[in-house]
Amino acid sequence: MTTDQTPQSLEFECETGNYHTFCPISCVAWLYQKIEDSFFLVIGTKTCGYFLQNAMGVMIFAEPRYAMAELEEGDISAQLNDYEELKRLCLQIKRDRNPSVIVWIGTCTTEIIKMDLEGLAPKLEAELGIPIVTARANGLDYAFTQGEDTVLAAMAHKCPKEAPKVEAEKEERNAISKLLNFGRQKEDVAAEESEYVDHPPLVLFGSLPDPVVTNLTLELKKQGIKVSGWLPAKRYTELPVIEEGYYVAGVNPFLSRTATTLMRRRKCKLIGAPFPIGPDGTRAWIEKICSVFGIEPKGLDEREAHIWENLEEYVKLVRGKSVFFMGDNLLEISLARFLIRCGMTCPEIGIPYMDKRYQKAELDLLEKTCQEMGVPTPKIIEKPDNYNQIQRIYESKPDLVITGMAHANPLEARGINTKWSVEFTFAQIHGFTNARDILELATRPLRRNNSLKDLGWDKLVKEEAKV
Amino acid sequence: MKLAYWMYAGPAHIGTLRVASSFKNVHAIMHAPLGDDYFNVMRSMLERERDYTPVTASIVDRHVLARGSQEKVVDNIVRKDKEVTPDLIVLTPTCTSSILQEDLANFVERAELEANSDVMLADVNHYRVNELQAADRTLEQIVQFYLKKANKKGELPEGKTETPSVNIIGISTLGFHNQHDCTELKRLMADLGIEVNEVIPEGASVHNLKNLPRAWFNLVPYREIGMMAARYLEAEFDMPYVDITPMGVVETARCIRKMQQVLNQQGADVNYEEFINNQTLYVSQAAWFSRSIDCQNLTGKKAVVFGDNTHAAAMTKILAREMGIHVVLAGTYCKYDADWFKEQVSEYCDEILISEDNGEIGDAIARIEPSAIFGTQMERHVGKRLDIPCGVIAAPIHIQDFPIGYKPFMGYEGTNQMADLVYNSFTLGMEDHLLEIFGGHDTKEVITKGISAGSDLNWNKEAQAELNKVPGFVRGKVKRNTEKFARERGFSEISLEVMYAAKESVGA
Repeated sequence: MTTDQTPQSLEFECETGNYHTFCPISCVAWLYQKIEDSFFLVIGTKTCGYFLQNAMGVMIFAEPRYAMAELEEGDISAQLNDYEELKRLCLQIKRDRNPSVIVWIGTCTTEIIKMDLEGLAPKLEAELGIPIVTARANGLDYAFTQGEDTVLAAMAHKCPKEAPKVEAEKEERNAISKLLNFGRQKEDVAAEESEYVDHPPLVLFGSLPDPVVTNLTLELKKQGIKVSGWLPAKRYTELPVIEEGYYVAGVNPFLSRTATTLMRRRKCKLIGAPFPIGPDGTRAWIEKICSVFGIEPKGLDEREAHIWENLEEYVKLVRGKSVFFMGDNLLEISLARFLIRCGMTCPEIGIPYMDKRYQKAELDLLEKTCQEMGVPTPKIIEKPDNYNQIQRIYESKPDLVITGMAHANPLEARGINTKWSVEFTFAQIHGFTNARDILELATRPLRRNNSLKDLGWDKLVKEEAKV
Repeated sequence: MKLAYWMYAGPAHIGTLRVASSFKNVHAIMHAPLGDDYFNVMRSMLERERDYTPVTASIVDRHVLARGSQEKVVDNIVRKDKEVTPDLIVLTPTCTSSILQEDLANFVERAELEANSDVMLADVNHYRVNELQAADRTLEQIVQFYLKKANKKGELPEGKTETPSVNIIGISTLGFHNQHDCTELKRLMADLGIEVNEVIPEGASVHNLKNLPRAWFNLVPYREIGMMAARYLEAEFDMPYVDITPMGVVETARCIRKMQQVLNQQGADVNYEEFINNQTLYVSQAAWFSRSIDCQNLTGKKAVVFGDNTHAAAMTKILAREMGIHVVLAGTYCKYDADWFKEQVSEYCDEILISEDNGEIGDAIARIEPSAIFGTQMERHVGKRLDIPCGVIAAPIHIQDFPIGYKPFMGYEGTNQMADLVYNSFTLGMEDHLLEIFGGHDTKEVITKGISAGSDLNWNKEAQAELNKVPGFVRGKVKRNTEKFARERGFSEISLEVMYAAKESVGA
């Protein structure tokens, strides 16, 4: 709880935690696509499998590099030997898919029966000759996107500790750099290097689609900042080197464990910045990184102004309207901050879990944005209670509710515009360029319902729900 | 442990939730970790439900793990009782609560004292039963609970309805085309002059369950859900039941004749023969379709059928008996009820496959190379990869299998829908011939088919050119047969000669 009680400071509350969200094992769906040589093995029950199969819809059919190790009664009652069972399945995976890493996703069941995955992994790793990463992404402890956080925190341990020695591998490296720079003059390559300011190595963490990675990397390059690596990289074998003293910065608000691991275990320095979501966030993110490296950012004013100019047709639609976040994916603070900057008001931000240290800069920016836009600061509700929230929605009648699919159709049937929150997780929303996509999503219900507004089809349930 | 990518039937709690949320004003509370309320998403998405799904979770988190649920479950039940005043709250165990072994029955007893609604613990074990078995059991449990309660209070109504009447048992939410089937069955009953006493669980109120014994008999249209309740009612109230699925012309007639028999035994004196005859010959189009020249072209075509017991068995019979299609393989994922399935289809197909392993089914389809598949969404995707059309006849299903338009699978309108589904799934007759005559209209490159195998054989230029002339939809088959022939005889390269030899040998 913030002790600073100025009228505009943020208010935090905590409810019952009775809310709808995805199980954190859903992270395998985007992580297996991101890390191309991985295989994700979810060690759990039919319940987990059923969730994945239904939540991932069509993706399941494109030869997924993930599977369930479905626990049977014999596993639960320890009639079967965990080690032998996992060995059998992992051998099968090795034979059929030959991945560079197998990621074990621990679930509620493995927690309850206390299956020692962290203990079994190194032994089996040695026997199989494939690295095994263990992540406990279970519904007992985490919500939705936090699943990625547990996987990346586990992977942070596996990043190489030091850059390959230049002398020992000089020739090979030359060969590679020759290959990479093939056809270009040595001077050009040198010139390219000189585009960067001399600063300590920076590694970014958070899984983003490759085009967004390129985009953000180039954005920093414009400021002379070199991104030494990303956690995760496209392939497990390309995990970035992380040495003591490296700087790291997060690109997503749900990565607090990863941040903690990088700071405490890998002795990195965390750049606490707002997240590059929306042009305001992207600018603040870049500015913060620049300031840490003592760089004077250039051209950001114009860049941001230009983006806002292009967004005007969308911003028009939301200006003066209100948005209510029910909360399920931890992107809520950043999205609310961006939408408030677009001219919206926000009575409530629900969020599964609020790390006030990791999100400090983002929270500060939210507060500042509210002051600058002259709107009241939102109430931040940690572990919300969906039932109570729905009563509050009925009372305050927001113009837009960002919510999970369990509530979207029932709310629409009662004449309340909704946007499915999960889409923000899968859409490309980072950086200057993708700000349009956020608004494209956020305004879609408003645009659609605009075209229906004269038909008198607002309320499509006979009686109002009991309050 | 089992390596699994896909499952046909869901976990047990899904079955309980399907039954509980089918009833009006019944609320289910899952004893589950965060994220297990995915059922709400499915119902809201697939059924496009306008109302909030009456399912909430009593969250199992770290604290619960350390200290037990203690007051939490009871508090959640009492709270929900106040908020939505349901008639019944069903406490639903999940895989998590199965291993925590908390005394949920005790929570139910305590909550009952404080709540106005009835409270019940679903008697399902995650590790012993699947979605379908759990749904069947939960329905029986609720029926039993309210009949016992009514009996105790002396509220059981006396005697039967004046005119013949029926309970339709087993229509539920997220069931494959259940809503449409229900409408069609009600229409059929109206045509037969049978009053519909109660439909459960869909749309039913638990207060009406005490009226169940007033019906003359029970109809259980689906093999998977409702049998236990029907057997209970038979044992307890001496109510006969009809469990013949009225799907397909012959089976619908059989179902109606059975109902006639059951009613006449109770002194109804009805004769439905005229009705059956009229419907079959002149109203339903399916019998006429079977006779028409369109259907002739389907004669002897190979099909594979896979699904739940009800739909796979019915489809197999329709294809083999009513359309003259060659069902090479019929299968079900209802392993627990395999004997019934075998008995139903054994005379209508060459092979029977009982399996929950999608890989096994995919491989069987690749081996058989049928002209069409009738299966679940999973078989549809196998079909896509092998370029074989597929009609979806059973869950697991996607949103497109919850059509807004009227598409029953049961009764006489159902036979029409089935005929369309079958006919549209096969490559249409004339198109088939014309493509053969003119060498096909597609110029797609040949891709290697089969669920996993790649090709290690070289095709020389002439043979490749010849292969490309083969119409697209049979090209893969020709290629595979030729390669099989070449491999068996040790040829490393496929020339025109090899190709023709193969054609002569296997009729590729």
